[in-house]
Amino acid sequence: MENWEPKLTMLAVGIVAFVVVAGAIMLIVDNWPKRLFRDQAQIFWFIGPPVALVGFGLVYPAINTFILSFKDPNGTAWVGLDNYKWIFTDPDGLLNVRNTAIWVLLTPIISVAVGLIYALLIDKMRRESLAKIFVFLPMAISGVAAAIIWKFVFAYRANRFEQIGLLNAITKKLGFETQQWLLNAPWNTLLLIVVMIWVQAGFAMVVLSAAIKGIPNDMIEAARLDGVNAWQMFWKITLPTVRPTVVVVFVTITIGVLKVFDIVRTMTGGNYDTSVVANGMYFYAFVGNQQGWGSALAVFLFVLVTPVVLYQVRQLRRQRLEAR
Amino acid sequence: MSATVTPPTTTPSVVAGANAAAGRVKKKMSSPVASFIAVIIAIVWTVPTFGLALSSFRPERDIKTTGWWTAFSNPSFTLDNYREVLFGASSSGRLANFFLNSLVITVPSVMFSLFFGALAAYALSWMRWRLRDWVFIAIFALQIVPLQMALVPLLKIFSSWYPFSELDPQGTGKFLTIWIAHVCFGMPLVTYLLHNFMSDLPSELMEAARVDGADHARIFRSIVLPLIVPALASIGIFQFLYIWNDLLVGLVFGTTETKPLTAALADLAGTRGNEWQRLTAGAFVSMIVPLIVFISLQRYFVRGLLAGGLKG
Repeated sequence: MENWEPKLTMLAVGIVAFVVVAGAIMLIVDNWPKRLFRDQAQIFWFIGPPVALVGFGLVYPAINTFILSFKDPNGTAWVGLDNYKWIFTDPDGLLNVRNTAIWVLLTPIISVAVGLIYALLIDKMRRESLAKIFVFLPMAISGVAAAIIWKFVFAYRANRFEQIGLLNAITKKLGFETQQWLLNAPWNTLLLIVVMIWVQAGFAMVVLSAAIKGIPNDMIEAARLDGVNAWQMFWKITLPTVRPTVVVVFVTITIGVLKVFDIVRTMTGGNYDTSVVANGMYFYAFVGNQQGWGSALAVFLFVLVTPVVLYQVRQLRRQRLEAR
Repeated sequence: MSATVTPPTTTPSVVAGANAAAGRVKKKMSSPVASFIAVIIAIVWTVPTFGLALSSFRPERDIKTTGWWTAFSNPSFTLDNYREVLFGASSSGRLANFFLNSLVITVPSVMFSLFFGALAAYALSWMRWRLRDWVFIAIFALQIVPLQMALVPLLKIFSSWYPFSELDPQGTGKFLTIWIAHVCFGMPLVTYLLHNFMSDLPSELMEAARVDGADHARIFRSIVLPLIVPALASIGIFQFLYIWNDLLVGLVFGTTETKPLTAALADLAGTRGNEWQRLTAGAFVSMIVPLIVFISLQRYFVRGLLAGGLKG
């Protein structure tokens, strides 16, 4: 291993810094003199550092990105709305928008459907928690690892060779020509979406499973006494009861999908017409020397999640009013 | 948001009812068709990972010429791929270096996130001050703001301001910038989740402590922190996995010296996309820590996830 000593030193530095910072803040608030507005000072030392971090790391840079999105690639001359015009008129810009739209339309609904079906199927089954692990596991690993796992499934060998990728092996077995799955637009985007569904279905399953267990038993009993069958039970009882949870899961996955980056970047690098907004943002801002386009894409991403932010804030304020 | 405590007297009857209902539902749902479909889904979800794991132990020639499923009829396994990808030539990754990087990045980031998040959560739930509700709403809303919005300007700040170059010839001091980025980006979610747990604590506790003359710092340390240890564990695990698995922040703020395992692996997948003996082993190396954390601490992880609403 190279440089392991300075790296371990940094780890130690980080941990010591933590002890020093935490200790210092606690010492300051403990020893603040009573006559110097001790209570107010304590409030300041509790909320001040976190607010400063958020301001420095998120708010100030975000405002800056907004400004940069109206400037040229060097961030010097103003270009008005040119960068936004590029997103919506240039084929390269539009590609990001189109693909993101496909991702958002397909991923949340399929993930929720698979998660809900699986949660229902294994509900109250023997070894339910074991059954959950199989679908939930992809949630724990990185998008990079997930992408490599699936890249291997989609691996290509010419038809005359023995296949190493599972999908092409099946394709060949069924008598079709093997395909370069990740190179053929527009189908390759669908295959990337498969990876995201594979990751997100576990999340949907775990959260929905908890919601299903929360359905009052009297309700199920009453329905059963009325003689409803499993199908009616699902549509009349289960789904309406877990609907708020479905909405939360759906929204959460949608936001995750809007920001999908690691899967696209690892599977195709955004090549072969698979780029999405989040990936395009990274590419133009940090690789392609088109900071203006990258910033505009970031702002566009922000605009896409804004309705969710507003909705959530409204819900939160309602909750807080009710709690009073 | 207010704490609701279920009276313990109702619990036995509820549990009994649940068991009776469970028995009946079990009869209904354990139909062979349902089990069959569940098994199919479980298999489809597991086979890709299994294929990768199995392949990582196969010799290079076998991986590149035959499907992993043939390993059952013709088994031959080796640890060479791991030796190569962890400690071999720099072209094959030397992932051991980056494994260490991920550790150096993750541990301090999680510790700082939890500490500042806990401070903020306490200030937002148990201190009274003007603007409190507004700050809370702002932090809540910021959870969802894509961090893409912050990357370019933050990187500019870090590249124009880095006073430690002379102290640090190897460049490992730049871990600092990744820590700061992760702590800043993680702040809103960690604060929000901890706030949810803290504000559910009974207010009588705080009032009693106030009457006894304890100030905020004391209440925070000796009452609140001990009570939210389970929440700190859940959110800590959640944050640990999130940072360990992150690619975007690592790519933007990492250097050749400091980038995390995910970034090194992504590079390997980009430049050596057909070297499956390295990619399979490398991917598995990157999965080991999350898998251990996940399997041993699943209960906490799920709790963090259920509380974790809107992370992305």
